[in-house]
Amino acid sequence: MNAIEVTNLVKRFGDKTVVDHVTITVAEGEIVGFLGPNGSGKTTTIRIMCGLLTPDEGEGQVLGYDLRTDSLKIKREVGYMTQKFSFYEDLTIGENLEFVARLYKLRPVEEHVARTLDELGLTSRRDQLAGTLSGGWKQRLALAACIMHKPKLLLLDEPTAGVDPKARREFWDEIHRLARGGLTVLVSTHYMDEAERCHRISYISYGKMLASGTVEDVVRNAGLTTFVVSGPRLDQVATALEGRPGIDQVAPFGATLHVVGSDREKLEAALADIRDRKDVTVEPGETSLEDVFIQFMAGSRDNMS
Amino acid sequence: MTSLTNGIFSFARLGALLTKEFIQMRRDRITFAMMLGVPLMQLVLFGFAINSDPKSLPAALVATSNDQYTRAMVSALQNTNYYRFDHIAETSAEAEELMASGEVAFVVTIPADFGRRVAAGDAPQILIEADATDPSASSGAVSTLGTVANQALLRAQGMEAASAETARGQLEVVVHRRYNPEGISQYNIVPGLLGVILQMTMVMMTSMALTRETERGTMENLLAMPASPAEIMLGKVLPYLVVGAVQVTVVLIASKLLFSIPFIGSLSLLLSAILVFVLALVLLGYTISTIARTQMQAMQLTFFFFLPSILLSGFMFPYRGMPGWAQALGEILPLTHFLRIIRAVMLKGAEFPAIAAEVGILGLFVAVFAGLALFRFRRTLD
Repeated sequence: MNAIEVTNLVKRFGDKTVVDHVTITVAEGEIVGFLGPNGSGKTTTIRIMCGLLTPDEGEGQVLGYDLRTDSLKIKREVGYMTQKFSFYEDLTIGENLEFVARLYKLRPVEEHVARTLDELGLTSRRDQLAGTLSGGWKQRLALAACIMHKPKLLLLDEPTAGVDPKARREFWDEIHRLARGGLTVLVSTHYMDEAERCHRISYISYGKMLASGTVEDVVRNAGLTTFVVSGPRLDQVATALEGRPGIDQVAPFGATLHVVGSDREKLEAALADIRDRKDVTVEPGETSLEDVFIQFMAGSRDNMS
Repeated sequence: MTSLTNGIFSFARLGALLTKEFIQMRRDRITFAMMLGVPLMQLVLFGFAINSDPKSLPAALVATSNDQYTRAMVSALQNTNYYRFDHIAETSAEAEELMASGEVAFVVTIPADFGRRVAAGDAPQILIEADATDPSASSGAVSTLGTVANQALLRAQGMEAASAETARGQLEVVVHRRYNPEGISQYNIVPGLLGVILQMTMVMMTSMALTRETERGTMENLLAMPASPAEIMLGKVLPYLVVGAVQVTVVLIASKLLFSIPFIGSLSLLLSAILVFVLALVLLGYTISTIARTQMQAMQLTFFFFLPSILLSGFMFPYRGMPGWAQALGEILPLTHFLRIIRAVMLKGAEFPAIAAEVGILGLFVAVFAGLALFRFRRTLD
């Protein structure tokens, strides 16, 4: 059984179509990354799936419950971590968790809270007010609160925004540990390294699903060719290449320049004069996920403006 | 079946929400202090300050003659405690100036032929000019006038000719001020203040209940968890019943100790009626919070109800003095009905049958506001 199986979701706010016929399937125990630029409809899609928004069109099942009629049952078995910290800042970590435990009727409350605090290393900060925590600790509290009731599906909306790399690494280790235990995870993110830690990714842009599959699938299906240019004064090379037919992206990567195009022959033609130069070298390179996403973003019309 | 009823209402979840609200209330020191400090402060301030029947008003006397009748009249007016003759004017023009400048509220003119006319048995006249820019300020002073003047005259005549015949021709007006024989404003104001204080704090506090969650971003989380609309509503309003109970205790004790307001009726009857009133108020506040999107809007909506409540309920101005349409507006304010109840029970010793209709109307408010709030509440962010 698939944990998430929704087809053709549509959500409009006024005359803006924020989610435009999105279809997602997530298998049980899978970690799926949900990617896309700001305002692309990621949060709205996640909110629809946890019952916080009703779709205008489309249907589907989450954990086997109907999206439209069983949202209360879905709420009880889904853990949803909001993008903005949304626990009570004037309550301590312990009080927040007790509140959540009692709302989900977890008994005995004290045992559940103590175990969750222990699992996420929060025990020593139990009596600290949530409002005084740093970003990383807030995120850890939020994760603790939404996995305490042992949900079958975890929906995470940009969970690592504003969190330092070490805390991010620990967070992802935790997510993989939970997934090994059978938990299904749908996580939205902006970070490419995080996307690469997912089993599969889905790319959404301006409400439309553009690509879906493993990272390798997505990169391969994009059909892009990349050349890596290295040598001195690459800024001048970049300026010269910008806008030539056949070249879609020119992006500096460290001491090299990535030149990306969707048509290999045109790209090679465009690079011909640079190849002839003695001081710079041009070699075929690997297309990265980021190159693919930049390509997607350039290709999709902005319907937000 | 159990899981279905669990979905709609659970005391365990309500308990969780209540605990959370009480912790937040306790941590918010300033608001907490306001809840207890404001009623006491308002009670003391307004209880002592507001007086709808002011006495010892400055007056000017224009009296050209100094006979015994004139003297009797002046001392009788002074004895009412309404008139304080600060100024003796020589001419009416001088008195006019005093009135125009606001230095006196009354000008009493006793004509030169006053004494002669009394002695001759003619109808004597005195002129009292009142500054009626604030009609209520001078009404008490003016209303006692007829009685006082007649009595003074009788007494003065009695000294000369103790004839019963003369006295019989005079009209004596008998006024009984029921339930409050001395006409002490505080008897009216202080019980009313309890209603006003509750109206203010209860509605304002609960009107922020949901908007605060929305503004802090915690609403999204609360909605994603299994709490039902009824649980959230009760979790938000019940803590304020406790706050209301504390306020009621403070005000009732203070009205006894500070203002010696008589309490004739049944305390338990009054407390039961107050409970219904407070319930109506917190549910009104909660309804507002389902409509307002920000705490600022909640505040504005609270005041939208607060001003009419003060002005049209009969707290500040006599209810019977308002035109029909204004009285009709007053009827749809909970405070109007509460004022009738508390004045009836505290001052008149009314029993339940006498106030049953008013309590019933408050109960209706409870039902309507609760229904409206639950209808307005959205379980989604749509």
